[in-house]
Amino acid sequence: MNRVDRIAEPWGTRTPYGPGETWPTRVDTHLAEGLTEDDVDRWVQSATVLHSNGDGLDIAVKGDEIVGVRGRAVDRVNHGRLGPKDLFGWQANNSPDRLTKPLIRRDGELVETDWDTAMDAVVNRTKELLDEQGPSAISFYTTGQLFLEEYYTLGLIAHGGIGTNHVDGNTRLCTATAAAALKESFGSDGQPGSYTDIDSADVIALFGHNMAETQTVLWTRILDRLAGPNPPQVICVDPRETPVARAAAVHLAPRPGTNLMLMNALLHEVIANGWVDEEYVSAHAVGFAELRTRLADYPPELAAQVCDVPVEQIRAAARILGQARRLMSSVLQGFYQGAQATAAATQVNNLHVLRGMLGKPGCGLLQMNGQPTAQNTRECGADGDLPAFRNWSNEEHVQDLARVWNLDPMQIPHYSPPTHAMQMFRYAEEGSICFMWVQATNPAVSLPELGRVREILAQDRLFLVVQDMFLSETAQLADVVLPAAGWGEKTGTFTNVDRTVHLSEKAVEPPGEARPDLDIFIDFSRRLGLQDKDGQPLVKWDDPETAFEGWKECTRGRPCDYTGLSYAKLRGGSGIQWPCNDEHPDGTERIYVDGQFWAAPDYCESYGRDLVTGAPLSPTEYKAMNPTGKAVLKAAEYVPPHELPSQEFPFQLITGRTLYHFHTRTKTARAPQLQKAAPEVWVELSASDAADRGFQEGDLLEVSTPRGRVEARLRISGIRPGVAFLPFHYGYWDTPGNSQPDGERGRAANELTMTDWDPVSKQPLFKSAAARVERLAAGDGRPSAAPTTTASRPVVDGVPPTRGGPGADATEQFATTAGGAR
Amino acid sequence: MKLGLAIEELHRSENHLAGALLAMSDRHKADHEVFHVARDIARWSQEHVRALAAIGGDFGVDLDPEPKGDPNVLERVRQTASDLLGRSSAPGLLLLADLRHVYREASGTSLDWELLAQGAQGARKKELLELAERCHPDTLRQVRWANGKLKESATQVLVS
Repeated sequence: MNRVDRIAEPWGTRTPYGPGETWPTRVDTHLAEGLTEDDVDRWVQSATVLHSNGDGLDIAVKGDEIVGVRGRAVDRVNHGRLGPKDLFGWQANNSPDRLTKPLIRRDGELVETDWDTAMDAVVNRTKELLDEQGPSAISFYTTGQLFLEEYYTLGLIAHGGIGTNHVDGNTRLCTATAAAALKESFGSDGQPGSYTDIDSADVIALFGHNMAETQTVLWTRILDRLAGPNPPQVICVDPRETPVARAAAVHLAPRPGTNLMLMNALLHEVIANGWVDEEYVSAHAVGFAELRTRLADYPPELAAQVCDVPVEQIRAAARILGQARRLMSSVLQGFYQGAQATAAATQVNNLHVLRGMLGKPGCGLLQMNGQPTAQNTRECGADGDLPAFRNWSNEEHVQDLARVWNLDPMQIPHYSPPTHAMQMFRYAEEGSICFMWVQATNPAVSLPELGRVREILAQDRLFLVVQDMFLSETAQLADVVLPAAGWGEKTGTFTNVDRTVHLSEKAVEPPGEARPDLDIFIDFSRRLGLQDKDGQPLVKWDDPETAFEGWKECTRGRPCDYTGLSYAKLRGGSGIQWPCNDEHPDGTERIYVDGQFWAAPDYCESYGRDLVTGAPLSPTEYKAMNPTGKAVLKAAEYVPPHELPSQEFPFQLITGRTLYHFHTRTKTARAPQLQKAAPEVWVELSASDAADRGFQEGDLLEVSTPRGRVEARLRISGIRPGVAFLPFHYGYWDTPGNSQPDGERGRAANELTMTDWDPVSKQPLFKSAAARVERLAAGDGRPSAAPTTTASRPVVDGVPPTRGGPGADATEQFATTAGGAR
Repeated sequence: MKLGLAIEELHRSENHLAGALLAMSDRHKADHEVFHVARDIARWSQEHVRALAAIGGDFGVDLDPEPKGDPNVLERVRQTASDLLGRSSAPGLLLLADLRHVYREASGTSLDWELLAQGAQGARKKELLELAERCHPDTLRQVRWANGKLKESATQVLVS
């Protein structure tokens, strides 16, 4: 058994393995100071929630308190491993500043109240608005962190009960493009790949995906392949020198906003060199002729200029991608939050279709998620889409959903695409949305252009309800605050990016009067008197397990078929991948085997959109284009980014995350080891940009755009020249400003970002602002506090390395069988 | 042969369409998707204007290759004003009216392309036919965008 400082070594100890072998087991455990496994009263099954990987773990309980975690050796996802956020993040549950009573605004102040008063206020305002204006006044802004049962119930209440089209999640900020790209290419959401594809891939391509920091355990799996015999080659597309870039055979660092240009050039090369699987394409895809015509305009020489990447590197990357025998790809925020997000992500799908690399071991394609339960937000209809990947513009799908819910189809809004988050805030801005219920997310820090967002949320005419574990920046602006139980304090299921469903059991009671989100939704529905068409209660369940049974019925025959799953089946062993039904009782490792897709016109989730304008295709257009439901090869022309650098604002600003924090630090800042690893905001510039301006490591800089100003200490990193990076985690709840900047400069990256989104996925573009950087004060030898273990690694000497020290140890228990642990 | 006239008419239509898109963009700066996409696709019409001017000489018409309607100081002022006005509900109705206008302009332009393609086919003017085949799909995409956006925006404006 090893003891490892997992802040200093986020990926732990290598267990090398070769292609086709099983990834060795390594069980990671961290318990509260001074405790051993002998002190633990019981272990409660769950999975990780501070990223999207879905690693199985057991929660250690002593008395009535969570005291640690241990990875589950039997789980297919992690084989026992855990990342730093999982090892330490659970401490947030025990924080003394948890919300324990509902709050209501009285004379401008939030004061404690009881549940009846709080819920009556919410219900009465809802009723008033339904009488005055109707469902168009009501909106719900949810998250990627609740459980499946909760999303499904919320979707039922909002769509079926209230009948509003205004339901979305903060998944709009992280995975909307993943869903949109999958719908464009395959007619439906649903991830083709499996994490096990890493075990046999010979090329692993990460497009705008800093997996080392976003999914540490998945990256550990790749590191173990890289340390073993016959390692895969890694291709990295990222403007920063991430840990992925350092491990890559080819690292392409394009100018922000030019991903589509780069992808078009890579595909141009794949076609020009005859690396296309012609047989697969002609049998299983439509649109090849148009794609080929469009790509003719994008030779690598053009992309080299526009993206500012050496042409040899583009050719080298294309050769590796084009000659891979087992290609695994993953895409994330570098693409999803950049200009032409869906168009660029769709080209990665095209790459796999062109190469015939789908549905076979090692040929995985993952359009990644950022949050633990984002997949469920999408599946259950809490992101506005209809549940179980039903198509809102297919009348029969709406009727079928009305049958499941026992409602009149007219009751379910399907007159236009669901209102996306940014549009909901726009409607609130102009005053046609008057009620917004925010759950487990923090738009006052996470949305672009915060000055505008704060003004919208603070309006008197907007009734704001916030349901959270903590008094976040957003909660401080609310009219009613509802204290919610967190992970480990309630039971439910959730699904990770490779379709693995996990059960997360209740380990301890929530603090004070905090209640599970499911209970709050059901209470709301009952108080509002929502009914089905026979006058029976709309929500027909009272607890998570019966809600899950209701969800199963809703998924019957749909791509995400859960009918073969049950709590009993999920208990004790590994997570299980959907579709899981009579035909596939043990789940399904890979979908789209043998070129079979869910894209038939009468079955698909979406008819797709124009990749530049976002205009939806009509059912007729889709039927004409893809009558038999093949994969769709969709081309798109490059459009320059909307805000380009100028003399006044010469840098391109991108935002992103760091390994040690999640979202707006609501939980991770309350875990001492994680907070200490990345305690304050920093700004990254390249060595050449710093030298040009005479900046030194640690100098206090002001970063500004036409929308706001932020101050941060400089980290001179391996980022591409001309680009500035700010982490987006840092808000104000632990500063004197509480919910906003205290003074003229803030520290939230989103003070600076612009309001613009991809017209297809509606995902906001966080990687596209033009910015100015000026020095406020010299650092005088004090370096910035950015982590040294990650993409923010300094390129200058003299910065002390990031260490966790005592209290940041975790144990690693290796399987005694072969695996080559050292 | 009246192909020159048809080219001239289309040149005028595309200039109008680009102008209508840019004007709408300026008026709806607080509706960010409309603001940005309208500008992105106005560029298509501007490219068509240049392409039509380039081919016009072959058919005896002398057309200005420089598209009209690039934003100037006046439009910047309009943008700022629309940003400030964006907080009230009236812009919703104005947006519907503008989208309807763009839809009609784009539909008319689409018809003009059809006319030109028919003429080019009849007269066996290969280069002109290719131009029509290349540009017309862009116009159809502009039509579909205005239609889709109108559909998507109408409900909230009309029921609230």
